[in-house]
Amino acid sequence: MSTLTKQTLSHLDWLEAEAIHIMREVAGQCANPVLLFSGGKDSICMLRLAEKAFRPGRFPFPLMHIDTGHNYKEVTDFRDKRAAELGERLIVRSVEDSMARGTVVLKSADESRNKHQSVTLLEAIEEFGFDACIGGARRDEEKARAKERIMSFRDEFGQWDPKNQRPELWNLYNARSHKGENIRAFPISNWTELDVWQYIAREQLELPSIYFAHVRPVVRKNGLMQPVTDVTPAKPGDKVEDVLVRFRTVGDITCTAPVESDADTVEKILAETATTTITERGATRMDDQTSEASMEQRKKEGYF
Amino acid sequence: MSAPEQLPEIDNGLLRFLTCGSVDDGKSTLIGRLLFDTKTILADTMNAIEKTSAKRGMTAVDLSLLTDGLQAEREQGITIDVAYRYFTTGRRKYIIADAPGHEQYTRNMVTAASTANLAIILIDARKGVLTQTRRHSYLASLVGIPHLLVAVNKMDLVDYDEATFERIKADYLAFAGQLGIKDVRFIPISALAGDMIVDRGERLPWYAGPTLLEILEAAPAAHTEQAEDFRFPVQFVCRPHDSANPELHDYRGFMGRVESGEIAIGDAVTVLPSGASSKVKAISLGSDQLERAIHEQSVTLLLEDEIDISRGDMIVKTVEAPSAIKQIDATVCWLSETPMSPARTYLVRHTTREAKAKIAKIDYRLDVNTLEQQPVTSLAMNDIARITLKLAQPIVADPYRANRATGAFIIIDESTNNTVGAGMIG
Repeated sequence: MSTLTKQTLSHLDWLEAEAIHIMREVAGQCANPVLLFSGGKDSICMLRLAEKAFRPGRFPFPLMHIDTGHNYKEVTDFRDKRAAELGERLIVRSVEDSMARGTVVLKSADESRNKHQSVTLLEAIEEFGFDACIGGARRDEEKARAKERIMSFRDEFGQWDPKNQRPELWNLYNARSHKGENIRAFPISNWTELDVWQYIAREQLELPSIYFAHVRPVVRKNGLMQPVTDVTPAKPGDKVEDVLVRFRTVGDITCTAPVESDADTVEKILAETATTTITERGATRMDDQTSEASMEQRKKEGYF
Repeated sequence: MSAPEQLPEIDNGLLRFLTCGSVDDGKSTLIGRLLFDTKTILADTMNAIEKTSAKRGMTAVDLSLLTDGLQAEREQGITIDVAYRYFTTGRRKYIIADAPGHEQYTRNMVTAASTANLAIILIDARKGVLTQTRRHSYLASLVGIPHLLVAVNKMDLVDYDEATFERIKADYLAFAGQLGIKDVRFIPISALAGDMIVDRGERLPWYAGPTLLEILEAAPAAHTEQAEDFRFPVQFVCRPHDSANPELHDYRGFMGRVESGEIAIGDAVTVLPSGASSKVKAISLGSDQLERAIHEQSVTLLLEDEIDISRGDMIVKTVEAPSAIKQIDATVCWLSETPMSPARTYLVRHTTREAKAKIAKIDYRLDVNTLEQQPVTSLAMNDIARITLKLAQPIVADPYRANRATGAFIIIDESTNNTVGAGMIG
């Protein structure tokens, strides 16, 4: 038990090999999968993994983004550019279209559209007949994800029932589904935020600019920094400050907060990530703070 | 955020391990302690569990809350599934599979054990070796976990008494011999006080061995130190047909993961079950061309000859070819709430191949506590049994003891598509 003789993979090589294996299983088992690509760092890693899994062939799935209409332009521009560079098909479906159809009804005009992405996603799954959605969610992100399967089963309503998940043994994945049902596949389940940044550094992956330190007007509220944007303007009495920040996660503007940082390179971000004292979602997600169980609740309702 | 410090240099790969024990053994506290002492727990998470501890009227922070799972479980006050936790020491990345230890959760433990290379078996120092200790050890050994670490916990409650530790160790060794468990180590710990987990502490001066974390840091990452035969189940065939690139016109890449052994350019290979032979022309990983590929690498193989190969086929070295079989004797664990129906046809998924299967016979069910063999006509959830399956199509398999990847299979119920059983050949 004390010697290390047999050659084994480094942790990043192992994680990469596992993710490639999972993507190929989805492609081998499912008739019509799709890869969800937002332009965020996790999904950027997913595209590199898909290249390693399937080149010189085309990806055996299109890319898709569910756009709330409240995303940073830097990120959606990057999304379009990256898909074009890869020569892969990008489908964009918009929460605003669901609102126009009346399938998404906001409680108020300024309610966050983030949780309503589930509706648009389910509509897109139905429109294209996708039997599997490959996503970049990680188990370390949130408690409710720690027990998530790599191949997660969703019923006809897109619902995740934590008590009705398939046992997953060895690396024998079961991605079978009946018509109308859906598999959510998570190839980087076993990655942490630090692994993602290490992979970005190693693979020299390009990222949207807002991941790096930049000056941005913000309002400090409840321990978070809320960015001041067209979508989230300052309210009367708010104290707007220009702060050097970067985003640790990018998503809907109304629920993603930046962190104070002067890290303007991947190397500096890596150093910060290795020594940070706050979790990724704790520092940045306004939607997860409402209740300890809020992610679990959203997932049961079909959230990715 | 704090100022950049030095980056972690991870050079010792990744270790997956399993913790076995019930809530009473302090399993959650041990995991919480490992995460806490390796500085994996960040301030906001810590704040949350401090609040919860205070709300529940505890005077100290309850580290076991860190592994508390879903709302549904919190309401019931139990854990019902396998959860995965992550930490890194700078030298190595760890994945913990956290499975509840209660008898009715045999299937969870088998699930968690299937991907682990080391198991920590927790024993309460006040209680010593219990029925569940035997059960956990048996299941770990059944699933082929090569390294067991018996952690005698709650030493703080027995005054850190060496004689107590030695007595438990002797008791354990007495039955471990019967199970054929070879690599087993013992360590006295207090997860609550943090003794001998990451830090040695001052209260166990009589114990001269490594701390629990030091043992994890030094454990082999490979499932076995023995040389294994090369096994490459084909997952996907890449035929680009790119009219803009005539070079790719005849390209046929066989994509998969090296499940065991290794392969190099020029090696003679056989494709099973067809039996066609060729040589390896190239090995690629993304844009990198490799001379050889090792165990667990996901690569693309190109062969010298044009052979018809599809998903479900297996590429092996010609000199180490296994045989294709249509009948398998196996130990299975039934996973589903719906009992096995011996008259039905199930689906077996083995590597990247699926085959319809019928239950030819159930030899016996094994009582996981007494190891007594009991005659049965069906299997219920959590049962472990010896059975024989007849397959409609052949699979290319090895005994599980010789090869974990090609000796394992799952059983699927086609009507629900649920995974209802897990099997080990041999």
